[in-house]
Amino acid sequence: MDQIVANQVSGIQAELLQQFGDNCLQPQYTADEISTLWVDRTRLLQVLHYLKLEVEGPFLCLYDLCGIDERVRTHRTDQPESDFTVVYHLLSYDRNDDVRLKVALMENDLDISTITSLWPAANWYECEVWDMFGINFHGHPNQRRILTPPTWTGHPLRKEHPARATEMEPFSLPSEKQEKEQEALKFKPEYWGMKRQGEDTDFMFLNLGPNHPSVHGVFRIILQLDGEHIIDAVPEIGYHHRAAEKMGERQSWHSFIPYTDRIDYLGGVMNNLPYVLAVEKLAGIQVPDRVKTIRVMMAELFRIASHLVFYGTFAQDVGQLSPVFYMFIDREKLFGIIEAFTGARMHPSWFRIGGVAQDLPKGWDQKIREFIDYLPARLDEYERMVMDNSLLKRRTVGVGDYTTAEAIEWGVTGPGLRATGLNWDWRKHRPYSGYENFEFEIPTGNRGDCYDRCRVRVDEMRQSLRIIRQCLNNMPEGPYKADHPLTTPPPKARTMKDIETLIDHFLGVSWGPVIPAGEASIGVEATKGNNSYYLISDGSTMSYRTRIRTPSFAHLQMIPLISRGLMIADLIAIIASIDFVMADVDR
Amino acid sequence: MFDVILTLFGIIFTILTLMVLAAMLIWGERRLLGIWQDRLGPNRVGPFGILQTAADMIKIFFKEDWIPPFAEKAVFFFAPCVVVITMLMAFAVVPFSPSLGIIDLNIGILFFLAMSALAGYSTILAGWSSNNKYALLGGMRSAAQMISYDVFMGLSLMGVVMLSGSFNLREIVEAQRDVWYIIPQFVGFCIFMVAGIAESHRLPFDLPEAEHEIIAGFHTEYSGMKFGLFFVGEYLGVILISALTVVLFLGGWLGPVLPPFIWFCLKTLLVILFIILLRAALPRPRFDQLMAFGWKYMLPLALINLVLTGAIGLALG
Repeated sequence: MDQIVANQVSGIQAELLQQFGDNCLQPQYTADEISTLWVDRTRLLQVLHYLKLEVEGPFLCLYDLCGIDERVRTHRTDQPESDFTVVYHLLSYDRNDDVRLKVALMENDLDISTITSLWPAANWYECEVWDMFGINFHGHPNQRRILTPPTWTGHPLRKEHPARATEMEPFSLPSEKQEKEQEALKFKPEYWGMKRQGEDTDFMFLNLGPNHPSVHGVFRIILQLDGEHIIDAVPEIGYHHRAAEKMGERQSWHSFIPYTDRIDYLGGVMNNLPYVLAVEKLAGIQVPDRVKTIRVMMAELFRIASHLVFYGTFAQDVGQLSPVFYMFIDREKLFGIIEAFTGARMHPSWFRIGGVAQDLPKGWDQKIREFIDYLPARLDEYERMVMDNSLLKRRTVGVGDYTTAEAIEWGVTGPGLRATGLNWDWRKHRPYSGYENFEFEIPTGNRGDCYDRCRVRVDEMRQSLRIIRQCLNNMPEGPYKADHPLTTPPPKARTMKDIETLIDHFLGVSWGPVIPAGEASIGVEATKGNNSYYLISDGSTMSYRTRIRTPSFAHLQMIPLISRGLMIADLIAIIASIDFVMADVDR
Repeated sequence: MFDVILTLFGIIFTILTLMVLAAMLIWGERRLLGIWQDRLGPNRVGPFGILQTAADMIKIFFKEDWIPPFAEKAVFFFAPCVVVITMLMAFAVVPFSPSLGIIDLNIGILFFLAMSALAGYSTILAGWSSNNKYALLGGMRSAAQMISYDVFMGLSLMGVVMLSGSFNLREIVEAQRDVWYIIPQFVGFCIFMVAGIAESHRLPFDLPEAEHEIIAGFHTEYSGMKFGLFFVGEYLGVILISALTVVLFLGGWLGPVLPPFIWFCLKTLLVILFIILLRAALPRPRFDQLMAFGWKYMLPLALINLVLTGAIGLALG
């Protein structure tokens, strides 16, 4: 399964065309070379059904579902007419292949059938598309606003929706509006098809969040309780929504980089990576080896930083008070290194289109070496303190478990997927940024429970150290940015010598680079799962559409499934073991 | 007349000392946790931050004394008083040294058990009267925990009573001249410690206020001085359990060279340190696990301990 031949990329396209014929499917070329096909909306369910249940090497994972407002897009060669497009991105672990299906919708008839019967996980995605674009999914069990408040008017990702506060009325909150907003937040069990009484009990509805010590941000779960037993749960997201995708449409390609840092705010430059990779794919930039290796090293440092926070808070959420302090001390050391390299700590925004912001400073190797020699002993200590603790095991082993099939069905990626035993890591199976040159193992679990999810992350930290050591020992010499006109900021060596490069430089810095029209999405193995940026360029200095697929969004949707029948304390352990930050969910 | 004044003086002195000790303990615990967790802890107010609790107290006294409009007012007000009053009352029977101590009750152990059981009402009443779901969950947990852990707390002490032949705490201390009861009654000691920590709601038995699960549990709605009373009550509980452990199992004031009172304080301090260390080290079990642990392991163990102690006592005549 390790290396799957590349010619299957065209394989699924050929199979689909053979099965359904040219008149219902129209292929489109994309820069990322993912099979992309336009499907007639009447045939959509058939095609999806075929892909999920009939084809050999099925596409079991609904990787992403998003919308595009196409109305003002100019570069649409070989694409059918469309005002709004719904994009279904499917993933097959058997084939190690993707397929992207697009459905064209016209503005006067924004209606498409739901696919929740095929993929229950489509529920939240379709809600998001409804919320952002106003596309109606008929047959959806509970179509609602999911990221914006229920009282919001308009659909934010439509092009006519204002992108700045200055384009809107000044915000005010008179008391009647406040009451209306608060009323809208009240939980009505009947709306969710929940009963207030059981056979011989009255259920209690408990609002866990949006402010609660253990929900890791502003996240609300409404629990239907019988005593302390959870009958059902409704996760409510959106409290941390900052319209990052909308911002992508009005920032230059270059100036959007700092925004990505704030998506998974524990991941730092790990967030920059899929974004710059996607932009480089669109621009056709090949980065030098030194850039690749620096990026890998920094990304792995941030993986460790993020996992350390996870480790500490995980122990804390099951009641162990001390580990989090030790782990934050290690993280502090790490931030010291990151600060020395980049000048910033949590959000360095340090990767650039075609390179990184600066070369590594003198003496960088010394700092890295000290850290990778220091951490393993600390990890051993935590092993005894946390992972071997029998109380912690009692709280987490067998709690909140799911199978590999369920994980794939619900779009779980990253450690949560590997904890079920599936040996799948994007760094191994679809190497990017030179990961194919590194030796490391993919830690897996076998029960898929809270304990295994922690186990996998702990082991991953050791593997990350291994990768960093290889970076340290084999750092290639060479430039830290690509010699390409679209590299931003461009190489300056000849800027003051000839007018052509001066003009390039001036435009690249003042307007920002103009990225050639096209579409590309790149996913990376981020700290919490697969994070991808699906970028559409319309040949301008800004992105036409920036779709951010974050791992935590999919993971949170699964909470009710794995917490039914358990107790409140188990739910807290589950939440801790998922390892999410709300910024990563709500964007 | 003189006796009455003396006793009164003793009571006031004990109460004041205990309050100051409880306050100091708050500071001490925070500093110790700080040291164990590689951080500083409160070190700004006064030398080594020793006046931190005093500053906190001043702040807490000046806070608005707020009762939520939806709460059951009288009970809400009364609940935090219960824990402090009962804990202080329980100290009446603690013999600090052969001459120090407020009252020499023949049923000292029973009095202590009664008071510690009453203290449990504080959390239950607080949880119920707050009219808050989290507080209710905390109160329910507290009730269940109290019922199950009170049972074998009493049972665990009966071994000591058998060996010494008395409910009087002074006589129990005197009976340990040859050997401290921690040796013949080691099982009883362990059970008592577990139950004691559970009674004072300390980690790993702090489920009624488990902040990661139910915010602050029974005292979610409490603020200002009423919250302060719960806080002080908890630390009084820690001191009480430690003092009782010393009296019942560690030979009370007995010890060579140093004066009896100093011995008593040193031993108590050691037990307190142990309880704080537990808090720094252990995670929290789940509610049903805690119950199962109590009923399935602790209770049978306490009973077996009782039977064995009785049998051996009979056999040895």
